[in-house]
Amino acid sequence: MAAASVMQPPAAAWQELHRICPVRWPKVSVRTDHTRHIAHLMVTPATVRPVCLWLFGEAGYHFATLVAEEFDGTWHLTYVFYDPASHGWAYVELRQPLAQTSVISIGDTVHAADWHERETEDLFGLRFEGHPKLGEFVLHENWPEGINPMRKQFDARAPFAHHQQKTVWEPPTIVEAPGAFIMPIGPVYSDFAESAHFVIETTGEDMLRVLPRFFYKYRGVEKIAEGQTTERVLLLAERFSGSSAFAHGFAFCRAMESLCETGVPPRARVLRSVFAELERLRHHVAVIAGICASTGLAVAQAQGASLEEDLLRLTAQVCGHRYLFGVLKPGGLTLAPDARCLDLLRERAHALNLRLEKLYAGLRYSSSFLDRLEDVGLIRAEVVKAFGLVGPVARASGGAADLRKLFRYGAYEQVDFAVPTETQGDGYARLRILFQEAAQSAAIIERLLDDVPDGPVCAEVIPRAGAALGFAEAPLGATFHWLRLDAAERVQRYRISTPSFRNWHAFRVAVEHFSFQDFPIVLATFGLSNAECDR
Amino acid sequence: MFNWFYTGLKAGIRTTPYPKKADMAPGISPGRPRATRLDAQVAEALTMRCPTGALIKHQGGVDVDYRHCVHCARCRRNTGTQVMDWSQDYDWGVLSAHAERAGHRFRDIFGRSLHIRFLDAGACGACMSEARQLNNPYYNIHRLGFFITPTPRDADILLVAGPVTDAMRIPLQKTYAAMPEPKRVVAMGVCALSGGVFGPSFISAGGVADVIPVDVLVPGCPPPPLAILHGLLLAVERTMPSRLTTHAAETEA
Repeated sequence: MAAASVMQPPAAAWQELHRICPVRWPKVSVRTDHTRHIAHLMVTPATVRPVCLWLFGEAGYHFATLVAEEFDGTWHLTYVFYDPASHGWAYVELRQPLAQTSVISIGDTVHAADWHERETEDLFGLRFEGHPKLGEFVLHENWPEGINPMRKQFDARAPFAHHQQKTVWEPPTIVEAPGAFIMPIGPVYSDFAESAHFVIETTGEDMLRVLPRFFYKYRGVEKIAEGQTTERVLLLAERFSGSSAFAHGFAFCRAMESLCETGVPPRARVLRSVFAELERLRHHVAVIAGICASTGLAVAQAQGASLEEDLLRLTAQVCGHRYLFGVLKPGGLTLAPDARCLDLLRERAHALNLRLEKLYAGLRYSSSFLDRLEDVGLIRAEVVKAFGLVGPVARASGGAADLRKLFRYGAYEQVDFAVPTETQGDGYARLRILFQEAAQSAAIIERLLDDVPDGPVCAEVIPRAGAALGFAEAPLGATFHWLRLDAAERVQRYRISTPSFRNWHAFRVAVEHFSFQDFPIVLATFGLSNAECDR
Repeated sequence: MFNWFYTGLKAGIRTTPYPKKADMAPGISPGRPRATRLDAQVAEALTMRCPTGALIKHQGGVDVDYRHCVHCARCRRNTGTQVMDWSQDYDWGVLSAHAERAGHRFRDIFGRSLHIRFLDAGACGACMSEARQLNNPYYNIHRLGFFITPTPRDADILLVAGPVTDAMRIPLQKTYAAMPEPKRVVAMGVCALSGGVFGPSFISAGGVADVIPVDVLVPGCPPPPLAILHGLLLAVERTMPSRLTTHAAETEA
């Protein structure tokens, strides 16, 4: 890093990688896909680590996802990176025989890949050499060692009877101060909370160490998708995370469309972005209501919850479903709302946004409320970079990456908007980001509805074998869906990389060393979904 | 603070008239398909189109099995002129065979005050969001004597969503065991009824009834707040049950 910062670093746009990489690493060959803006870097086991570290550390690429596949009798590992400067992608592709189950780890530097490696180790049995903490991550202690459900020979349909195993989980402890004890929270806790477990080590007031334990809700979505039709997998894509169903369905459809080179009709392009923003607006309002609830501000919570219900009803009136299930299909949309419907949406979105502004104004002048948020749950800019954080959490700490802006997919090329950013990185900054993004979503809806093109809402998709990546900016941040179809139009591999998976990774950093009463507030300002993380 | 007090007062009353009167506000329910008379050919095509096998073809038309219907609307959109009828109702709660056998006099004990423990056994978030709406000013279940409690020790009803994942099986059993008798279990959402799109599989059970006894079933993906409320009212015998499969199937079968 030091040498690179002294010299001017070379321009490492995705188009240039085929020139740069083979010079630095003679064994790396590069193929450039100009239609999809991808540089495929074929690496060897020895070069995967230096190439990834260079992309992340010096060339300024962001880590998107790690896709492991057992395909054609070999391991296919694809480390997906994207470049916010040149708006292109670098796929670092490693192939090795199935018998070779060790890979060199990159998680120490590309910390965003840390959990991806742990997950891959747990589900595929691939060992990441040099990783400090492998084992027992997605699958808890009662799952027998050495059985890896994502391997091809494992049957996803049959019940896997292993409950006879009597196992006891003892949380590892680190704090040795006098009087230190463990405060366990979950997996069943609070009034309405998603199942997750937090082990909090403390000597009384401050949370000295927080060990979150997730994947209580692991439903094996990636595994049960295998061998299914795309029609059926779309149901899974929409339903594994109900609070951001449209965004994930959108990413899945975009993977299909990218693979099959389908052009989405202009009317569907605009309406998809409208619906995606409607979902973001509702999602953020729900998180804001949750933050008000966590601080015990009852009237503001009631106002937020009423707004949320109004948005749910509006969504049902326009799309036929309160959570936008069943609206998407590869190639476009399943429904064509008429002009009256869209006028209603425009009018109501505007009115609801005015009410949201009033709520914001009220909260900004409630000092007892702000005292609970300010300087609480700090995330510094270095953490955003190291953990590769995404979405509102990252944007509250100076990280501005937004796939809508970077890749201008769908109808986002038609609207001009600025990505709101804050630098304080505390709970209040996250609240401000949520309000700004919600207002912006309402504005984008209004602007897009000014001019909705006529025409069909769905194009025909002609399925073909192969693999492609679909992505979208979900309400909580960037989501990446990797889809591989076989010749029989069945799904062979479906990999979902979600913003909650990414951001939960850093939750520990935000909450440690604050006191107990801050815990629910930091939890609420993160606003993450366990269903989205656990899949 | 006075400002919030004033804001709260100014907001007025928004609460639904349900269960005294039906609430017909637009968007209150996604609706669901109902038994429909159709030509044999169309019935065949629609049954084939259903991705979850919720449609049952018989001689006069098509019936719906609400244990599997995720109202994806594929039997309603882009299918031609004949489609499934769609009902916009929400009183979807059903008593299970277990509840009918048990025959607690729940109404006498809990008719006026009922404490509910919510449990997420692998739900996607939409079911939980709909359950959470019950506390918002539109539904405000406190007016009916329903309270959400954070502890199973105080709970009379266990409201469960999700297909019951492997890791949630023991927490679910322990939560149920920690509740004092008499108690009832309400399973909400298609996942909790049949596993939905996720189960049964290597990691999910085929619904809550695989793990603990269930008394009331509320179908839907997700069931809207009033459907959950209907299920809760049904658990304390304050309303009449709906059906899990539509009528015509019974006469045909």
